[in-house]
Amino acid sequence: MSSRILVVDDSSTMRSLLVSTLEDLGCFEITETSSGFEALKFLSQEKPDLIITDINMPDINGLELVSFVKRNPLMKGIPLIIVTTERGDRDRVKGLELGAEEYLTKPFDPQVLQRLVAKHLGLAGKAGLGE
Amino acid sequence: MAGEHKEISPKAMKEFISEAEEIIERLNQNLLRLDRRDQGGRIDPDTLNEIFRAAHSLKGLAGMFGISTMTTLAHHLEEMLDKLRLGKITLTGSLLDLLFESLELLGRIVEQASAGAGTGDPHEVDTMLVRLDAAVSVRKSEGPENPIERLRIDPEILGVLTEYEEHRLSENVLERNRIHKIHAKFDLATFDHSLNDLTAQLRTLGEVITTLPSANAASDTEIEFDILLGSRRNERELGAELRQGVTIEPLEYRDAPEAQPGPAGTGAAWEMVGEVEEERGTRGEKEGLEDAVGSLRSITETVRVDIAKLDHLMNLVGEMGLVRSNVGRLGDRMKAEHGFTGYALELDKLQKQLDRKLANLQESVMDVRMVPLRQVFDKLSRVVRKISRDSGKRVRLEVEGAETELDKLIIEGLIDPLMHIVRNAIDHGIEPVPERRAASKPEEGVIRIRAAQRGNHVVIEVRDDGRGMDMTRIQEVAVEKALIPANASLAPRELLDLIFLPGFTTKREATEVSGRGVGMDVVKQNIAKLSGIIDIESRPGQGSCFSLVLPITLAIIQALVVEACGRAYAVPLNSVLECLTLTRTEIGSIERQEVLQLRDAILPLLRLDRAFRLRREGEMPEKCFVVVVGLAEHRLGIIVDRLRDRQDIVIKSLGKSLQNIRGIAGATELGDQETILVLDVGSLIEQSVRRRE
Repeated sequence: MSSRILVVDDSSTMRSLLVSTLEDLGCFEITETSSGFEALKFLSQEKPDLIITDINMPDINGLELVSFVKRNPLMKGIPLIIVTTERGDRDRVKGLELGAEEYLTKPFDPQVLQRLVAKHLGLAGKAGLGE
Repeated sequence: MAGEHKEISPKAMKEFISEAEEIIERLNQNLLRLDRRDQGGRIDPDTLNEIFRAAHSLKGLAGMFGISTMTTLAHHLEEMLDKLRLGKITLTGSLLDLLFESLELLGRIVEQASAGAGTGDPHEVDTMLVRLDAAVSVRKSEGPENPIERLRIDPEILGVLTEYEEHRLSENVLERNRIHKIHAKFDLATFDHSLNDLTAQLRTLGEVITTLPSANAASDTEIEFDILLGSRRNERELGAELRQGVTIEPLEYRDAPEAQPGPAGTGAAWEMVGEVEEERGTRGEKEGLEDAVGSLRSITETVRVDIAKLDHLMNLVGEMGLVRSNVGRLGDRMKAEHGFTGYALELDKLQKQLDRKLANLQESVMDVRMVPLRQVFDKLSRVVRKISRDSGKRVRLEVEGAETELDKLIIEGLIDPLMHIVRNAIDHGIEPVPERRAASKPEEGVIRIRAAQRGNHVVIEVRDDGRGMDMTRIQEVAVEKALIPANASLAPRELLDLIFLPGFTTKREATEVSGRGVGMDVVKQNIAKLSGIIDIESRPGQGSCFSLVLPITLAIIQALVVEACGRAYAVPLNSVLECLTLTRTEIGSIERQEVLQLRDAILPLLRLDRAFRLRREGEMPEKCFVVVVGLAEHRLGIIVDRLRDRQDIVIKSLGKSLQNIRGIAGATELGDQETILVLDVGSLIEQSVRRRE
């Protein structure tokens, strides 16, 4: 069964870029949501294998989402990659402290994102993606 | 694929452009809102934060697409806005001006990128960066300590606050508001609605600083949230407002008792009893709440669609209409051959159903293309703001009917002409303050834009209360430029029409404002391209008024199919006033122009066969038809041999080489696969008016 990935970003263009980067890596079941709020709604019903989230979003921000996932015993195992526009070290430190696995800044290098996704989904064997 | 970077596809680029445009549009609206609040006093933190987030998103997007001018500009803007929202610098009028200017620059960059014509002038961008940085360096004095430290707050909560949320928390502490931690539990299936409702209600009671999903109780059926609220009210007052099951925990202040606002909080959670009460607008936050709900909706419930796709849909609908008429013809034949029984009857019924559904479909597709004029009007208010500032005049823009909807393509085409008219009104129309004072007019000039739908058309009026057109000067210039003979005596109406002629301008020197080498002739052409017409009225000392009449859509229209010399033409029905039969002897003539006495008016006539130089075999039939068309107050009778029928048509362009033929708007296909030309009534009327003059 293909891995399920949740992509959270309020910019539809950014979501398209993220999705197409993921699609180049392999076949995944990808769900896109445009706010932390929608992500929560999705998480209340489904358990994805990986989450990619932006930080600056209206309502529930990415940090709050990370905190929610990482403090929830049923979800804390889901690897979480923050992909956000650089705002100094503050967000990076906070995000990682809250338990996010990775932190990537926009503009992101698709290859780096693919490598991180492959690493956390255990796809390291995929051609050309090993360390 | 590993090893190389992903190429940016044209589709992705297009998506980026349209999202960037959308963000800039929203930024503009929010800046205007800020401008209004700026005058009124309190600045809405949510609006400011949204502006910041927009700049932030633009930076990220531009970075992904490698548009460095936009990335740096958005980055510097973001820095400035960050300081603004964190209260490190103060919002002044000049800062707001600078924000509007940077927004304009961003808009231009997007426009160029969209046209594939580069990504902005780097010098211009650099200058803007320097100005933005200079504005940021003006600092407001900062307090020595962090106010949040005065509060007993769970470090876990502090851990997830963004810098902005922390700032809002400190502001609330500084304003000596009570800070409450509101805890609510919702059913998983419906929590989105319930949380929305609660947040909306809380916004009427204070400021929602953050909403934290709580992961402590992992339940399959429920989800819990902590909401930080800054409010003047104490927990008992809040409790009376909120629904059952919501707990309120006031956060204690660490410092001296006198600093504690109101009765000391117990720190203990207090279970609420009582029913939900709908109370709103306690501190005028109602608007903010609706905005917030509105913005959430727009993000999640709209789909962005390429207009070409809608055109395609519209074509399909049109073609289905053609198939329908073919089926209809078949039905008629069946009726004629077998009578109105059996299959013919059945077919007739089905066809009527199909008609209704088809009409429904067409209406729905058309509806999708409709956008409110507000988009254009918002841009205009920005222009008015800038130009009035640059020209040192005081001008207020009043807008009415911004919700009036028009086809997206028409809206796009309207921006430039309206912009030009407004520029002209400020530059030439509205007087400088001393002159207005001398004329005992209010110091502030007013430009009033009014839009309203009239049947299949939308009428837009741009009226100023300035000095009006100088008729003597218009006549002088027209003679100077040899547009009219020196001894011509023209009525005021005719004089006014002169300003639409190419090369006409009364200003001796072009000003920065309206002298951009574009005259009213271009405005008129642009409006004509949209199948609209423009008209002008002016009274000395009282101002001028431009009225534009535009069709609601160009995509699908009803047309009257007529014939001349055996050829069929389509006349858009929205400009047809009436049809008359005509015997040749009724045709009169005034100054070699054929006319018809129609009731109390003289109607100029145009023979379609002569207009298009059609070869006529023999004489014109004794009895023919006149299609009376009109736009605004102009009328024209088009003489044709025969009226065929009424039909829905989709106008298709004739392609580049044929697109500028006068009198022809495009081509369309009829049911029997016959392709015919569609008349451009606007330009035919214009030609006839010109000829008379």
